[in-house]
Amino acid sequence: MKARVHVTLKSGVLDPQGRAIQHTLGSLGFGGVSDVRQGKYLELDLAETDREAAERSVKDMCEKLLANTVIENYSIDLVE
Amino acid sequence: MKPAVIVFPASNCDRDAAVAIEKICGVKPLMVWHGDSTLPDVDLIVIPGGFSFGDYLRCGAMAARSPVMREVVDRANKGTPVLGICNGFQVLTEAGLLPGALMMNAHLKFVCKDVALKVESNQSMFTSRYQAGEVVTYTVAHHEGNYFADDATLGEIEQNGQVAFRYLDNPNGARNDIAGIFNRERNVLGLMPHPERMIEPDLGGADGARMFESLVASL
Repeated sequence: MKARVHVTLKSGVLDPQGRAIQHTLGSLGFGGVSDVRQGKYLELDLAETDREAAERSVKDMCEKLLANTVIENYSIDLVE
Repeated sequence: MKPAVIVFPASNCDRDAAVAIEKICGVKPLMVWHGDSTLPDVDLIVIPGGFSFGDYLRCGAMAARSPVMREVVDRANKGTPVLGICNGFQVLTEAGLLPGALMMNAHLKFVCKDVALKVESNQSMFTSRYQAGEVVTYTVAHHEGNYFADDATLGEIEQNGQVAFRYLDNPNGARNDIAGIFNRERNVLGLMPHPERMIEPDLGGADGARMFESLVASL
């Protein structure tokens, strides 16, 4: 089973990189982008075959290492 | 005094910290490798600056989960003084010993220069040899020194007098101009500027020396 994890900055946390990306998009002629928030994407290959157990385990990984929950949110997507 | 400096892969201020401790405290610190799961009986733990684990994932994230850090957290909770400088500050927030997080500088650039800092409190074993409100000069050298805590946490930090140092001219976008904070018990200090690089006039200044003199006086 594969886990796809997205880690993003919480709303209210400034994202200067996102702002710089937005600015550059504008200078390339891509108007109409009102906000950009950048984050991380991780793909984990799991030995676990039970979906519920896998979800629990990846959630634990996010809480303990993959995300810093002071500033970041995470979402988990499991793929067979 | 029995100080220790923790060394991670890609720490690069560990030697500077050791030189400062030896020069001012008159004792050679133990250099403890991050992979050690035991820590000798010490009365000061320094987490040095650098780029531990190449700043992979987040600055300080890997180092904070190193075997030795379990012991460091345990000692800190029992009252042993812990000083985290620059990357060490990032490690201490990632380890949960200090509130908040260090984010990329608001202007996205690495900043390396001398900065003026206001000493907010001298009521700690790290700052007793300063005057409260005194302005000192330390060096900063970082890309992720932008201190962030949510409003509630920030309010708590301010109310408890946990701000140790504040920038006069904020170089990185840190909330409330915060350069360094204590934990509630004030036995843990994390700061982005480098006191260990300011220990004698030949290095550009000696304001940092008094942090180590403060520690000598209280340990």
